Amino acid sequence: MAASQLHVALAGNPNCGKTTLFNLITGQNGYVGNWPGVTVEKKEAKLTSDKSVTVTDLPGIYSLSPYSPEERVSRDYLMGGEPDVVIQVIDATNLERNLYLALQVVETGLPVVAALNMADLVEKSGDKIDVRALSRSLGCPVVMISALRNTGIDELIAEAKRAATTEGGATEHRFDSAIEGVLDQIEGCLPGSVPASRRRYWSVKLFERDADAARALKLTDANARKVEQLVAQCEKDCDDDAESIITGERYAVIAHIIDGCLKKAPARMSTSEKIDRIVTNRILGLPLFILIMWAVYSIATGADAFGTAGTDWVNDNLFGEGFELFGQAFPSIPGAIEGLLVSAGASPLVQSLVLDGIVAGVGAVLGFIPQMFVLFVLLSFLEDCGYMARVAFVMDRVFRRFGLSGKSFIPMLVSTGCGVPGVLATKTIENEKDRRMTVMTTTFIPCGAKLPIIALLMGAMVGDAEASWISPLFYFLGVIAVIASGIMLKKTKLFAGRPTPFVMELPSYHFPSIRSWWLHIWERVSAYIKKAFTIIFASTVVVWFLSNFGVYEGAFGFLPAMEGIPEEFTDYSVLAMLGGAIAFIFAPLGFDTWQATAMSITGLVAKENVVATASSLLHIADGTETDPNLWTAFAGMFPTMGAIAAFGAFNLLCAPCFAAMGTIRAQMNSGKWTAIAIGYECAFAWVVGLIINQMYNLIALGQFGIWTAVAFAFIALIAFQLFRPMPKWAWDDDRQVAPAGTAA
Amino acid sequence: MKTLGDVKVGDTATIVKLHGEGALRRHLMDLGLIKGTQFKVVKVAPLGDPVQITVRGYELSIRKEEAAIVEVR
Repeated sequence: MAASQLHVALAGNPNCGKTTLFNLITGQNGYVGNWPGVTVEKKEAKLTSDKSVTVTDLPGIYSLSPYSPEERVSRDYLMGGEPDVVIQVIDATNLERNLYLALQVVETGLPVVAALNMADLVEKSGDKIDVRALSRSLGCPVVMISALRNTGIDELIAEAKRAATTEGGATEHRFDSAIEGVLDQIEGCLPGSVPASRRRYWSVKLFERDADAARALKLTDANARKVEQLVAQCEKDCDDDAESIITGERYAVIAHIIDGCLKKAPARMSTSEKIDRIVTNRILGLPLFILIMWAVYSIATGADAFGTAGTDWVNDNLFGEGFELFGQAFPSIPGAIEGLLVSAGASPLVQSLVLDGIVAGVGAVLGFIPQMFVLFVLLSFLEDCGYMARVAFVMDRVFRRFGLSGKSFIPMLVSTGCGVPGVLATKTIENEKDRRMTVMTTTFIPCGAKLPIIALLMGAMVGDAEASWISPLFYFLGVIAVIASGIMLKKTKLFAGRPTPFVMELPSYHFPSIRSWWLHIWERVSAYIKKAFTIIFASTVVVWFLSNFGVYEGAFGFLPAMEGIPEEFTDYSVLAMLGGAIAFIFAPLGFDTWQATAMSITGLVAKENVVATASSLLHIADGTETDPNLWTAFAGMFPTMGAIAAFGAFNLLCAPCFAAMGTIRAQMNSGKWTAIAIGYECAFAWVVGLIINQMYNLIALGQFGIWTAVAFAFIALIAFQLFRPMPKWAWDDDRQVAPAGTAA
Repeated sequence: MKTLGDVKVGDTATIVKLHGEGALRRHLMDLGLIKGTQFKVVKVAPLGDPVQITVRGYELSIRKEEAAIVEVR
C-alpha cells in the first residue's frame, strides 16, 4: 500500500472542528507553509495510522466563491486533480449553514465523505439526525464523529479510503426545473474535454458568472456569448441576479435535506447564550475585557506571579549562580559548560565563543520561556474557547477607525509577549490587506524583550528603573505608532480600498480539548524556542565575532588574546568600526556615537541584547538594566535627554529582532512585502526619533537648525497623511472584486 | 428603505433584498442571508457597533455600515 499514495483533503467551515480533527488524525507532525502566492497557511501531514495517506487541511471557508484567497486556493486545490477524496467536516449543531459548503464540495464531482462533527453536542441538545437519510440526500457517505472525544474516527478513515477507490455516481442536487433547464443548456456549451463528473460544477460556475471559471474553461467566443444570453434571460425571468438565484436554490435544497433528516428538540437558551449575555453586555463588556486582560498579564508577567517566578528562576539559577535540588548543589549551565571546556583544554577563543557568544545569547532568550509559556497558556485558552471572537466584536469599533478590524487586536495582544507568535497570530485575519498591515505594525508593540531596554532608559532618564509612569508611555508610543501607521498606510496605494467587511461568525463557547489547546500553546512556544536555537544562535555568533575580532596595532585577530591589548578591547573591534561607519545616520537623532549605533545593531539580534551590549561597550562589568552605574554611563553617551528618548523610540519601533523578521518573511510569503514592512518600520522609527530629538532641542534648548526644519517637514507630512480625506483612487480596487460579468 | 442596521435589538425581521455587488454581497449570501431569510438582532456591541444577529441558528457579527446593503421588512 505504501507505493500508492492517497491524498485526502479536509474541507469545512471555520470553527467546525476541522483543525481539531486534523491534529487528531495526523498528530500534526507535518509540513506547515503557505499556499503558493498568498499569505494563506497550508498544512499537510501523514495520517498517523497509515503513512501512505497524506492529509491536506484546506482553509476554513464558507463557500467556493472566487472572492477570497482562501476560497480560491481551496477551489484550485480541489479541482487541480491531487485529492483522491475529500473529507467534508460539518458542524452537526449548525447543519444548515455547514451544508451550504458541503453541497458545493459534492458538486465538484470528487469522492466526498461527510464527517458530522460534534456528535456529542447534538446528542446533548436532544436533536436527532437521521444519518442514512442525510447520506442519501447529500449523495455521499456520512459518518458521525466527535473530534473532541475521539469517536467515530476509525470509521471515518475507513469510509474515506473506500470512497477514494470506488467510482461514485455524481449526485445532483436538483434545483428548480427552470434553472435546471438553463444549466443543461450551459452544459452543452462546455468544451468536450471536461469530464462528465465535472460538468455540473462548471455549468453552475458559469451560471454564477464566475470569471475564474470562464478563464479556466477557455470557452469559444460564440459559446461565451451563448452562456451570457442564457444567464441574462434567466435573470430576467426570475427578476434576480445569477448569484442570488444559485444561492437561493442551494438553500432551498438544504431546507429540503434538513426536513428529511433533522428532528430538532425544543429550543432553550444555551450555555453559550447565557455566557454571552454577560461577556458582550453593553455595560459590562468593556470592563470585563479589561479585567480579563489585566488578570492574564498579572499572572504571566506580574512581579510576584507564576511566569515571572519561573523566568527569574531560570535567569538566576540555570544561567546564574547555579541551584540546589533535593539538597544537591548543581552548577549553572554556563558554569557547567565552562567546567567542561576547561577540562577539555579548549582554547580561550573557543571558550569565549561558546560562553560569551552562544550560551549568553541563547540563554537570554530562553529565560523568557516560563513567562511566555504562562502567557500563551492563557491567551490560547481565550482564543480556543471562543472569547477572542467576542473581543474582536467588542473592540472592532476602535480598530475600524484606523482601517483595521477587531481581529487585528489578537496579534497585538500576543505581541506584548513576543513578536514571533504575534506575527503568526495574524493568520486568523481573513483579509489579505488587513493581514499584511497587521504584520507590519504589530511589532511596534513593546514585546517582553524590549522591557529591559525600557527599564534602562528609565534609569538613565530619571534614575529609577521602576518609575511606573514612564513604562506605560512606551506602550502608549507603540499603540500610537500602530494607529498612526494604520491611518497613513491605508491612504497609500499599497493598502487602498474600502474598509474590509467585518462579517464574522461568533462561534459557541466551548471548553477546548486539552490536545488542541496544548498544540496551540506548543505551536507558539516552539516558534519562540526555534528562534532561540536557529536565528538567535547564528546571529549571536556573528555579533560575538564582530565584537571580539578587530584590528589592534595593525594586526587583525581575536582581540582578547592579543598582546598588550587594554581590557577594553571592544573599542578596536569590527563592531566599533561598523558602528562608527554608520553612526552618521543617527546624528540628527542625537546619538552618533559608535556605541549607541552598535547597540542598535545588536538589538536586531534580540532586543534584550541592547542592555548586554551597553554593559560591555561601556565597560560596566555585568551591568544590568537595574544597575545605577550603567545608567550613568549610558546617559553619558547622549548629549541630551531628548537624544536618550530618541534612542529609545528608535530601538523600540525599528525593525524587530531577526527572528521576528524571519517570521514576517514567512508570513508575508513575499520578499517584496517583507522589504516593505521592514523598510517602513525602520524609516518610521527614524522619523519618530528625529522628531523627538529635534523638538526637545528646540523647546528645551532653543536650538534651531536644518534638521529642525526637516523634522517640521516630517510632522507636516505625517499630519497631512493622517488628516487628509481618503484619496479618490483609493476605491479603485472595487472593480477587481466586481461580479464576474463586469470584470475583464 | 429599511435596512438590517435599522432593526431594533430584540426584534425579528425578514430580508427583502441584498443591494450592491461584489465580494461583500456574495459573502453575506454565502452565510445564508438571502431573500426571505428571517433573523433576529440580538445585541449591539458596547461601543455601539457592530451588531450581533441570530440567523439560521448561529450568531453573526456585522457592522452597521455593511448591514446597510441588506434591505429588510
